[in-house]
Amino acid sequence: MTEPALLSVENVSVDLPTPRGNLRAVDQVDLKIGAGRTLGIVGESGCGKTMLSRAILQLLPKKAKLSGRVMFDGHDLVRLDPERLRKLRGRSLAVVFQDPMTSLNPVLTIGTQLIETLQEHLELDSVVAKRRSVELLAAVGIPAPEQRLMQYPHQLSGGMRQRVAIAIALSCEPKLLIADEPTTALDVTIQAQILDLLAREQRRRHMAMILITHDLGVVAGRTDDVAVMYAGRVVERAPTPVLFKKMHMPYTEALLAAIPKIDAAPHTPLPAISGRPPDPTRPIQGCSFSPRCRYAAGRCYREKPLLTASESLDHQYACFHPIQVTAGVCE
Amino acid sequence: MATLEIGIDEDVAVSPVKRTPRLGLLFWAAIAWIILIFAAAGLVGVLPLPSPTDMDMLERRAPVSALHWLGTDGLGRDELARLIYGARISLIVGLCAPVIGVTIGGALGMLAGYFRGRFETLVVGSMDVLLAFPPLVLLLAVTAYLGQTLLNLTCILGVLGIPAFMRVARAATLTLARREFVIAAQALGATHARILLRELLPNVFLPLVAFFLLGVAVTIVVEGAVSFLGLGVPPPISSWGSMIGEGRESLDVAPRLAFIPAITMFLTVLSFNLVGDTLRALTDPRQGAL
Amino acid sequence: MMQETQQSQRDPLLKVENLVVEYAVGGKTVHAVSGVSLQVARGETLGLVGESGCGKSTLGRAVLQLRRAVSGRVLFDGQDLTAMQGDALRRMRRRVQLIFQDPIASLNPRRRIGEIIAEPLVISGVKDPERRQQLVCEVLSAVGLDPSLVIGRLPHEFSGGQCQRICIARALVLNPEFIICDEPVSALDVSIRAQILNLLEDMKGRFGLTLLFIAHDLAVVKAVSDRVAVMYLGRLCEVGPSEQLFARPAHPYTALLIEAIPVPDPDVRPAESVPVGEPPSPIAPPSGCRFRTRCPRADQRCIDEVPELRAVAPDQYAACHHPLIAAG
Repeated sequence: MTEPALLSVENVSVDLPTPRGNLRAVDQVDLKIGAGRTLGIVGESGCGKTMLSRAILQLLPKKAKLSGRVMFDGHDLVRLDPERLRKLRGRSLAVVFQDPMTSLNPVLTIGTQLIETLQEHLELDSVVAKRRSVELLAAVGIPAPEQRLMQYPHQLSGGMRQRVAIAIALSCEPKLLIADEPTTALDVTIQAQILDLLAREQRRRHMAMILITHDLGVVAGRTDDVAVMYAGRVVERAPTPVLFKKMHMPYTEALLAAIPKIDAAPHTPLPAISGRPPDPTRPIQGCSFSPRCRYAAGRCYREKPLLTASESLDHQYACFHPIQVTAGVCE
Repeated sequence: MATLEIGIDEDVAVSPVKRTPRLGLLFWAAIAWIILIFAAAGLVGVLPLPSPTDMDMLERRAPVSALHWLGTDGLGRDELARLIYGARISLIVGLCAPVIGVTIGGALGMLAGYFRGRFETLVVGSMDVLLAFPPLVLLLAVTAYLGQTLLNLTCILGVLGIPAFMRVARAATLTLARREFVIAAQALGATHARILLRELLPNVFLPLVAFFLLGVAVTIVVEGAVSFLGLGVPPPISSWGSMIGEGRESLDVAPRLAFIPAITMFLTVLSFNLVGDTLRALTDPRQGAL
Repeated sequence: MMQETQQSQRDPLLKVENLVVEYAVGGKTVHAVSGVSLQVARGETLGLVGESGCGKSTLGRAVLQLRRAVSGRVLFDGQDLTAMQGDALRRMRRRVQLIFQDPIASLNPRRRIGEIIAEPLVISGVKDPERRQQLVCEVLSAVGLDPSLVIGRLPHEFSGGQCQRICIARALVLNPEFIICDEPVSALDVSIRAQILNLLEDMKGRFGLTLLFIAHDLAVVKAVSDRVAVMYLGRLCEVGPSEQLFARPAHPYTALLIEAIPVPDPDVRPAESVPVGEPPSPIAPPSGCRFRTRCPRADQRCIDEVPELRAVAPDQYAACHHPLIAAG
């Protein structure tokens, strides 16, 4: 990467005390993203991807303990004082969440929520803010934007609500947008439109974007780099085309194989991954994926593999028996 | 290559850690007090107590002594005996009235929440009418017409409690009746009765019991207030409320005559509240895993 | 319509004729299902796919008479379910079972797994407790769970995937002939989905089941179905064999759905989707062809005339005035 990273997550760990013991939700994660790039974070439930996004935003639950650094635009967000952090959030650092019904305030109109953000961060007066809100709603593809300003979230469909959430997120021209499963709750045709919208706006504004999802299909077409998470750690990281063509992690391979493909014949048995994702309160000795991995052998059960780089520095993986896959041919 | 998951799920073998909320000292103190009151009320025939109705006009408002452990009241009657007999009244009314409320109200609420439609409108409407009635007026009317007896008092307070239990049961049933396990039971061909008893009741039961205990606390206070006003159990039967009422006249001379029953009632109500609250906290539905 | 030409060799186990399901919401009528006819032959899996609001779940429930239809018939093994009531219907219900989307919500949180799975047996009159226990253990083993570790526990002690296995076990314990799967894997993790899909296929083979598989994920539907029906806003758009339908869709909506699926292959760049707006509300569906508001091929005829399902290829039917494949 020639440009200095816009966001640099350095050795971040998140611990949560629970009645069942300490829960390590995020385990020593390192990530970088440059301006204008899209990073996809892929993982299943419990892998820590949502906690990681909260850690970046400094929106963790009170009981959580965070260690490490989060460098954004030259500031360490972990150590930043709350007032400056508040100014950064919404302005330079924006978020779109999964469920627009709960991320939008149900008792305030769309207009109020949009204008409020604009006035708070950009200090626009209400007339200018209103005009800008209408422009934003139009830009995200909402028909009849002036009327929409008066409406409440429940009067809009799921897709529309998510567009409003995106409009609010983009309103102050952020440098980085974190989209946490933005389309999981939406229909597939609406999903395509929303993802296109995000890509378009990103190109226009030269904005960096972190796209968090469990859907490898979404990641394949719309990200520059991918990080795969499992049990709180990043287990593989690579530029997107490289990951799909030359993946090294057995987990990534197994995940890709387990997805039904639209061009496969019906009744083709799916190579399922046996077992299930580990319980974060009962950490496994050795590699977290070892109980489910078909290549696991002695060392895998005793030691945790660290992220190491392969031939190209861009591609990192954490495995003692990496796969050398080239262009769809299995090892 | 097809891999069917037919292996035993080892994770299920390890018993999951049960989350028991820690029952603190207050909870156990409350339980202890309730047991004490019940024991005293129950064993009243066995305990060496003077009769609560024996008036000793020479010993009126006598202080604490070996003969009268809590002294005597304005008519020379033993205070401790009256207190314990009063506990009986409070507990009888306090327990029986909410039982009427929870059985009738609970049943109506569950049926209303499950069947919905016109039946629900009818039930909710009648409860609203009942609630709109000034309870004291109702009490006065009934006691004037039917007599001021323990039975009448219990029934009236029971009936007045029905709307609250109906609401709790209906609210719980409404949220549950939509959930898929109820539809699954219907899809299996279960009759309505079976669904209500085997699927819904076990889930509605605990919130109702928690509310029941709170109802006991409230009823004891209400009975006390009603007796204080002279509308409750007639003399010479003692009740905490009537004791407080009688003690009012002696506040300057012997304040303990009013305060002792008041404190006893306070502690009893508090204990029921604590136990009810703890039970309510225990019945919070479990959400999914972390 | 298509009854004569379709599946003439195999007798249909399930036949839905012109089913209409509507319900009132706040004074307005939701036209959830507006005249759907389909057939499922014995031993086949029919996939029913569509986006939210298309009425597929409502259709599934209406087949089981959990929601009463306004008009139309549902024939199961020749018997009219819509005309049945009370005990007769309850007896029929044992032959048709249902699996839901949210496996944890499908289980009563206060009852133990053993009781939950034995419940269908109790309802259908299996009196001997030992026999019940035996059947419960058999079916739990069949779905890959160890009965001794599972029977005494409560649902919240299990994961989503395990709960779905328990739900499948419950559906199988009465040895039904037909199972309606309503989005059985949508709420599960990606790696667990494959397990459950494989399990369903295996159970289908072992128990000789016929399945109606309802989902919004086309790839999932294609993986398990012999034939697929596509629904939009209460009506069927297209019906046909899985391979054929996805390889050459005749209805523009089917084509739109297929195009919108994100493919896990970085070389396949997603086409910049033409913004075709949002689906209209089922309270006020458009006249004529309901898809016309989002269809690039719509014209006046589409506004005036409701398209009927017509054969466009061998065994493939589309309800469109301007199908993508010339009518055969």
